[in-house]
Amino acid sequence: MNFPDNLLYTKDHEWVRIEGDTAFIGITDFAQHELGDIVYVDINTIGKSVGQHDVFGTVEAVKTVSDLFSPLSGTVTEFNNALESAPELVNSDAYGEGWMVKITGFNQEEVSGLMNVTDYKTLVGA
Amino acid sequence: MKYVALNDLHVSLGAKMIEFAGYNMPVLYNNLIQEHNAVRNSIGVFDVSHMGEFLLKGEKALDLVQLVTSNDASVLVDGKIQYSCLPNDKGGIVDDLLVYRVSATEFYLVVNASNIEKDWNWISKHNTFGVEMTNLSEGTSLLAVQGPNAIKALQKLTDVNLSEMEYYTFKYGTLAGISHVLISNTGYTGAGGFELYVPNAEASKLWDAIFNAGAEFDIKPAGLGARDTLRLEKGFCLYGNDINDETSPIEAGLGWITKFTKSFIMAEHHKAIKDNKPTKKLVGFEMLERGGIPRQHHIIKDANGNVIGEVTSGTQSPTLSKAIGMGYVDAAHSKVDTEIFIEIRDKQIKAKVVKTPFL
Repeated sequence: MNFPDNLLYTKDHEWVRIEGDTAFIGITDFAQHELGDIVYVDINTIGKSVGQHDVFGTVEAVKTVSDLFSPLSGTVTEFNNALESAPELVNSDAYGEGWMVKITGFNQEEVSGLMNVTDYKTLVGA
Repeated sequence: MKYVALNDLHVSLGAKMIEFAGYNMPVLYNNLIQEHNAVRNSIGVFDVSHMGEFLLKGEKALDLVQLVTSNDASVLVDGKIQYSCLPNDKGGIVDDLLVYRVSATEFYLVVNASNIEKDWNWISKHNTFGVEMTNLSEGTSLLAVQGPNAIKALQKLTDVNLSEMEYYTFKYGTLAGISHVLISNTGYTGAGGFELYVPNAEASKLWDAIFNAGAEFDIKPAGLGARDTLRLEKGFCLYGNDINDETSPIEAGLGWITKFTKSFIMAEHHKAIKDNKPTKKLVGFEMLERGGIPRQHHIIKDANGNVIGEVTSGTQSPTLSKAIGMGYVDAAHSKVDTEIFIEIRDKQIKAKVVKTPFL
């Protein structure tokens, strides 16, 4: 399983990549593997502000439905529209084309509270 | 928790195990869609040894079967199988099952794992015929070898001419060097294939022989996850989802296995429902809009927002690449092409009633 060094992680198995004032958010390789074939990504918070740990959407696999928890508080500015027609990108490229949302307006304190790759690997036993 | 004979094998294959009907069962080996496609297009094997098997033996075995089941078992001949259900005394269904006629005085019943005890008690309670009943469930392993290439792989392992066996017939024969295997041309996938019943002690030998014979067809083990998507694409009812202790077989579209040419428990009740037309019906539907996958207990509404029913099963169909489901709706909304709405996360997502099977 793949866990890039340059990302931050949460115990809910989301990853965060900070690019300037934007945070890209998705689910980890571990999470997509556990869920299996992703068939729908439902983000109902576009344009809305969310708190840290709030549910910002839902991901559906063939057999399961899971809530997505926001790693940071801020505003959900964009959904990865490619997932609308190709949700399987979450399986095939969890950290790249499978990104889910962008969040802005987050605070640095929350960012520094996220897990680094070493801690996340320990969490999932990798 | 109970364990099937091949539990350790499934674990060693990396299966994700879940508790299902009190058994530790493989729900997934590697990838649900690959397992699904292996069965649809080639060959896959399910270990469904959790299923229950009862043997009913005696001069009046048929009388007992006729009383407790809804289909007409008197039309069966030796070697023939029938899909049927056990109506309860409240208008619902105790279980759905397969009835095998071994001989005029011997019937083999295959029931759902979750209902073994309930079925056993129910049938025993009505056994005023002196029929000898044996519960073979714990000692029997069942491998469902399914898919268009199942027959080619299995034919290598037996002298029984499988291509001469019609759908819903069975034979006892030697297969993979195991004598007296119950070879049944049945399955829960609509993909063709056979179900093989053997004593637990032979399960490992049978599994290995099947995988060797199927290697050239890229045979795969398939879990309960794929079993569910496969059965749903074919519109087969799942007990606990689409039918249960409270659903009527007529409303469930099981009129074809509910025969009023004979008497059985609650026959008059079900005949009245049929004669008066059921007020609700189990229908298949497909989603017309994106917005999520229909799931059990989702509410079904009409265009005006009135609640007209509830989803009983739903999935993304791997073969059709669209979201499909089944559910009960008011009879007025049950016609094919009727527009309905599935409530998913507080949104009404458009769907339409379609014919089943979905493919």
